[in-house]
Amino acid sequence: MPTKDEVFDKIRTALVDALGVDEEDITPEATLVGDLGAESIDFLDIVFRLEKAFDIKIPRGELFPEDILTDSKYVRDGKVTETGLSELRKRMPFANLDDFSKNPLVQDFGNLLKVADMCRFVESKVGVTD
Amino acid sequence: MRWYWIDKFIEFESGRYAKAVKCISLAEEHLHDHFSFYPMIPNSLVIEGMAQTGGLLISEHNQFSEKVVLAKIPKARFYCDAVPGDTLIYTTTIEYIKEEGAMVSATSYKGDILHAEAEIVFAHLNDSRLGTLFEPETFLRMMRMLGAFDVGHAADGSRLVPPPRLLNAVKSAQNDGQGK
Repeated sequence: MPTKDEVFDKIRTALVDALGVDEEDITPEATLVGDLGAESIDFLDIVFRLEKAFDIKIPRGELFPEDILTDSKYVRDGKVTETGLSELRKRMPFANLDDFSKNPLVQDFGNLLKVADMCRFVESKVGVTD
Repeated sequence: MRWYWIDKFIEFESGRYAKAVKCISLAEEHLHDHFSFYPMIPNSLVIEGMAQTGGLLISEHNQFSEKVVLAKIPKARFYCDAVPGDTLIYTTTIEYIKEEGAMVSATSYKGDILHAEAEIVFAHLNDSRLGTLFEPETFLRMMRMLGAFDVGHAADGSRLVPPPRLLNAVKSAQNDGQGK
């Protein structure tokens, strides 16, 4: 079972390789889209590198449940509804949705995910020691 | 000028890897416009050649049912120049194929010298506006012209043949054409 530091190191390597950013740019508080410049195709690449680095499977939509954002059941007037937010909380227990929930514009969703969220996501899949 | 940046396949294993040849000739117009009096093949066209090798490999694995487009190059390194008279061998190996896209790792060799290496990510698009770029007969013609069915084999070792889906689509388009 890896330690939290080992998980972070592997995630940092995956992000450097996928996004072409410098190692020092990868901090727990860095957002993938806003700070590290990730675009939609990068998530495919990142997921593959995480699967390879940790020998895990990440089904589509597990890390980034974009299907919720295109489902009229969960979106109204460009904002995620309360039902949508509750679905997001269920699907993304590793992410902190507090700030996003204050004004849940669909266009801001991409900027939600931070490196720390990704670490928690991987930790929940592989299990970690301190 | 036609947008072919490989000359033929020399190996093709469905779902695993493909190897293609690119012969560089002084007769190619673009060589004279890149650097004056130094006719080297532009690195971008080497990447395009590797992407064509890998893109057809991915498309064939999907039975040509997905619109496979070059989406991202996470890594590309060039170690030397390639000039007229050189023959480049591009090898692309599938790293993964998912519902949303795929990635290949690629190398370019000049004899036994590593000329370049890259990672290439492809996206699977659903955009109907791209329809005319992805006609079944275009793929069938391209695969035949590049010799994929002459050298290729399936994962079980049997000879590579055009997928029935592609042949049926071409046949149906021909029948439609005759009916008009």
